[in-house]
Amino acid sequence: MKLQRKNRLRALSLGAVAVTGALALTACGSDDTGDTGNGESTAANSAIKCDDAKGELLAAGSSAQKNAVDAWVKAYTASCKDVRINYNPNGSGAGITNFLQGQTAFAGSDSPLDAEEIAKSKEVCKDSQAIDLPAVGGPIAVSYNLPGVDGLVLDAKTLAMIFNDEIKTWNDEAIAKLNPEAKLPSTKIQTFHRSDDSGTTDNFTKYLKAAAPENWKYEGGKAWEAKGGQSANGSSGLAQQVSQTAGAISYMELSYAKDAQTVKIKTAAAEPAEATVDNATKAIGEAKVVGEGNDLALELNYEPKTDGAYPITLVTYEIVCEKGNKAETLAATKSFLNYVTSEEGQAILKDASYAPMPEEIITKVRTTVAGLS
Amino acid sequence: MDISTQDAPVPPPTTTPTAEQKRAARGATRPGDRIFLGLSRGSGILLLVIMAAIAAFLTYRAIDAISADEANFFTAFEWEANSTPPRFGIAVLAYGTIVSSIIAMVIAVPISVGIALFITHYAPRRLGGLISYVIDLLAAVPSIVYGLWGALVLVPNLKGLYGWLDAYLGWTGIFSWQGLEPRSLFAVGILLAIMILPIVTNVSREVFRQAPQMHQEAALALGATRWEVIRMSVLPFGRSGVISASMLGLGRALGETMAVATVLSPNFLIEASLLDGGGGTFAQNIASKFGEATETGRDALIASGLVLFVITLLVNGAARMIIARRKEYSGANA
Repeated sequence: MKLQRKNRLRALSLGAVAVTGALALTACGSDDTGDTGNGESTAANSAIKCDDAKGELLAAGSSAQKNAVDAWVKAYTASCKDVRINYNPNGSGAGITNFLQGQTAFAGSDSPLDAEEIAKSKEVCKDSQAIDLPAVGGPIAVSYNLPGVDGLVLDAKTLAMIFNDEIKTWNDEAIAKLNPEAKLPSTKIQTFHRSDDSGTTDNFTKYLKAAAPENWKYEGGKAWEAKGGQSANGSSGLAQQVSQTAGAISYMELSYAKDAQTVKIKTAAAEPAEATVDNATKAIGEAKVVGEGNDLALELNYEPKTDGAYPITLVTYEIVCEKGNKAETLAATKSFLNYVTSEEGQAILKDASYAPMPEEIITKVRTTVAGLS
Repeated sequence: MDISTQDAPVPPPTTTPTAEQKRAARGATRPGDRIFLGLSRGSGILLLVIMAAIAAFLTYRAIDAISADEANFFTAFEWEANSTPPRFGIAVLAYGTIVSSIIAMVIAVPISVGIALFITHYAPRRLGGLISYVIDLLAAVPSIVYGLWGALVLVPNLKGLYGWLDAYLGWTGIFSWQGLEPRSLFAVGILLAIMILPIVTNVSREVFRQAPQMHQEAALALGATRWEVIRMSVLPFGRSGVISASMLGLGRALGETMAVATVLSPNFLIEASLLDGGGGTFAQNIASKFGEATETGRDALIASGLVLFVITLLVNGAARMIIARRKEYSGANA
């Protein structure tokens, strides 16, 4: 027994050493990114008006915009030292729930509030209601692993058929027709989707449903509905599967697909569009505002005609009360959102592989933020 | 005679002792005893209260979800708990949880018993100590690290094994493989086996170490070989201990979350083959779906948690019954 206890102690201490080692390593890692972030923030500081903002700002929601919020928070809190912002990327659903329960100052979400949630928000917003403010966009890249075949072109219909298991090999006629010059191998197509519920899945399938209604007949939502295909946890899990599986194809936020081959999407425009930050902004430019009043919920156009507009795009919203925000956090919320929607705030998005909002939309958001009370 | 017996003084203390005498009979009670009694009784009660609270919470939240469910909760092969109306069923999850745990047990228990016997009866003392130490280390690795190792190292290297199983045992249907990434219930089972190995080994080792020396020496004196000694005096003595060790391991396998979520390629189908990707487990499904779940979606996940809770209770109950029936062998399990 004594021997065993000693062993356990030893095991524990070794574990502790390993953990501290790992911590030290991650600390180094975040330091590195911190340096570049600080470099940018000093340039952006001019745009930040702290006013009389202070205190702790709690927010929660979409993990898709986490890196964008992190970049904003870093730049903002460097200037406004009296404000501490704590964004918990616990998922859009959980974020909205927290907000509706009055636990957070604002929520981040991959999709606008539905009618039921707006009705519920009247409680926390004291007779006013919650509104959606589009603040960040992001292209969802379709990445694949096919050595020797770069710049693959696909359209919505072919994508739907691939993810529906109707097209099974890479040298299928439908793919060959879109890529007359590529040497397509007869490799089996292995599709991967998210195993966890995700706004990325929601937006990707929304695109398939809107642009290829004949071939994609599922209802849509955060869970993957099509049968067949393999799955993995999180965008990082998908990126890893694509990188190690020949013949794999999957969808993920652009930042995860940096090292992989990505598909160019054929749209109504003359040339197929590549998944880039600028091309996503172009596509969001064709979106319609469908929210009522100051609610700026967008409806994306999935068959954009602008040259280069990349149609598979996700817009994330910041959700706040139009009126009736809590007095103690109002100043900080307004000041932070002012920065977020400013030119500087939007400009730093590109470095994190996010797409800034097009000028026309962000101007409306700015006006709305100025009127929050 | 009558009178004399009536008049005889009956000493009351012997028939109805006072409270003070009772206490004296049990030995002196000091404040320390009373505090200790209170603390230990309180701990016991607290445990029961916590269990009851968990069960009540799960049941309360689950009832809402199950009554809103448009599909059959026990047989439906889908999980659309966030849509309106919600449709979800636990069939696939129950199958995946039980099958992956059984695979883990089949692999881990014999190996663990082997390791435990080697440490206690074969290995030189120093080597045994070293092996115990390494096994303890295995227990200290967090499950997400097992998951990452499983996804990055184990799974890519399983293709050879899967191909071999498909070639020689594919005809059974259980081991046929289509050549997809080997992220199936079988891979999960292997990973879980590694994760529960330390628990089962440690408990078995302690039990085997307590096997009565006299029995073993008697067997040796009768001319038994070392294997016969183990078979006749160590294994029967340790059997119920090994069973409870296995149940501890099974409990971990049933509830394992992050490692499974990282390794498995889940879907809502039950496939005859263990090697073709698919299935899911309760804990993995909860971890994957919780973040983006709506209110009903959460309650649905909690309902699936309740089923896991019940399965775990049943498994533990069954283990207790087996141990109780074999109690005559055991000195280690009181």
